[in-house]
Amino acid sequence: MRIDKDLVAAVATPLVLSIVADSPSYGYAILARVRELSAGELEWSDGMLYPLLHRLEELGLLTAEWGRSPEGRRRKYYSITRAGTRAIAQQRAQWSTVTATLDRLWQRSAGQPVLGVTP
Amino acid sequence: MSAVLETRIAEWRAQLRVPTAITAEEAEELEGHLRDEAAVLLAAGLDEDEAFLIAIRRLGAIDAISAEFARTNSARLWKQLVLAAPTTPDSRSALTGLWWALGIGLVAAASFQLLLGSVIGWPGATTGPGTPAAYGLLTLIPVAALTIWLLVRRRDEASGRRRVLLALTPILLLTIGLALGPLGPRIAGGEWFALVALHAPIAAWLSVGLADVGAAWRDVPRRMDFVRFTGELAIYFTLLALGGGVLFGLTSAIVAPLAPAALPWLAQVGLGSCAVVAVPVSAWLVTAKQSIIENLAPVLARIFLPLVALVCLGAAALYLVGGAQRGFDREFMIVLDVLLVLVLGLVLYNLSARGTRRATRFFDIAGLLAIFGALVLDTMLLLDLIDRVGDYGWTANRVAALGLNLLLVVVLAVAAALSALQLGGRTPIAALERWLMSTLPAYSIWAAVVVLVHPLVFGTG
Repeated sequence: MRIDKDLVAAVATPLVLSIVADSPSYGYAILARVRELSAGELEWSDGMLYPLLHRLEELGLLTAEWGRSPEGRRRKYYSITRAGTRAIAQQRAQWSTVTATLDRLWQRSAGQPVLGVTP
Repeated sequence: MSAVLETRIAEWRAQLRVPTAITAEEAEELEGHLRDEAAVLLAAGLDEDEAFLIAIRRLGAIDAISAEFARTNSARLWKQLVLAAPTTPDSRSALTGLWWALGIGLVAAASFQLLLGSVIGWPGATTGPGTPAAYGLLTLIPVAALTIWLLVRRRDEASGRRRVLLALTPILLLTIGLALGPLGPRIAGGEWFALVALHAPIAAWLSVGLADVGAAWRDVPRRMDFVRFTGELAIYFTLLALGGGVLFGLTSAIVAPLAPAALPWLAQVGLGSCAVVAVPVSAWLVTAKQSIIENLAPVLARIFLPLVALVCLGAAALYLVGGAQRGFDREFMIVLDVLLVLVLGLVLYNLSARGTRRATRFFDIAGLLAIFGALVLDTMLLLDLIDRVGDYGWTANRVAALGLNLLLVVVLAVAAALSALQLGGRTPIAALERWLMSTLPAYSIWAAVVVLVHPLVFGTG
């Protein structure tokens, strides 16, 4: 199943924030985690993650710090800020509303015959 | 990793450096990602070429990434031109813009001259001192020309009619208020001339802003773009004025011995009309020749921010230590307010020209110091003003100054706090930006109050 580009873009922010909130992480590991969690269904071109990370940093939702990888290369680690935690809570409330609404709609229509005749 | 992969990565990195939308730090981060990916693929048994190609493919096209970075940084990115921007007007439509600017400018100049001639008099035949309202209307004409030019330029965009209505409302209200208000015939008090002539264009600038940003006026980045537009317009206008001044000096030197009677005409009609036409033409230059000033304005901001910080701190220290030798008079107050607005402007420009975080720390500190000095100066000015109001009572002038300086003190104080917090890493730079942008309309609104409400309240004095 291919997920629509706009939808991926919309879900990227809460996804990245929540992964980083679990534990501080770096770009490649964040993408690996997205791939793992979505069983490879949710994918975007890797490079696009970095502008997003920087935008979130600019907005004060993430902080970044240069560290070292086990092989000794410089690597930028991101961690969540208090504003970021608040943003996750907001996103969470919004997404539950959206999914609950769609759920209700689709559950009801699933109960009806396909060519339902309205009385 | 071995030589093949290293060469490939070095080549890729070189390609990455061409679009300057990506900074060195961002490139390093992307390279780290590429190496991580390649390492995993190598471990899975791919050879180096394959690993590199797949890693590159997964990373995505450099163009797309750098465009995305540019969008992220658009509020602080000046050199969007390096991306092949589809919005760059081709030379023909740029020329159309110039013709419109000249046409609108000439109509504006003609109305300016007619109004000037009928109210104050033609050169050599002064009919009278005119009225404060006439002076206000005169200053509105170039601003109206600018507004109309912007509206013409954006006529193809959606929500056109609403934009026109929105943009013309402030100017129309000001025109009606000035023409029909008590400033027309009744008040002849000297203080009103400067008051109205200074405040009317600031109030009318709201129209220019609305014409430029239209329905997106709530948007912080769009407001920032407008501030940048205003600054670049000021730079171009100054350059044109400098050139025009030299040309005028030469012309008068040549004309003086031949036809001395023509000199006042040359000054009032010639120079005056050119100044009016220069306003929409500067706006056209800002949009058509963006690359020049785009590179120049941040440099100017960077040069002058530390210097202005020194001036502000020095002046504040002098006043704190020595005290003012005499009361602040109006000219001094205007100069000081110009300095304060300059500080805010430079801080804003520095914000919008920010590149990577650490490289600008020096300028952020300079900005904070400038704001701090300005805050001290403005507080003293306010205290002096309040003192004078206590001694001599309220006048239109004092209330106008008090309002503006109260506004400036509040803006500067919050800006100082936000800027200090940001330097300490507590708030993002976006907070300072948002604060400065959200207070932007307040200046125009206060100026409109001075032009429209003050005469009703203080009109008898």
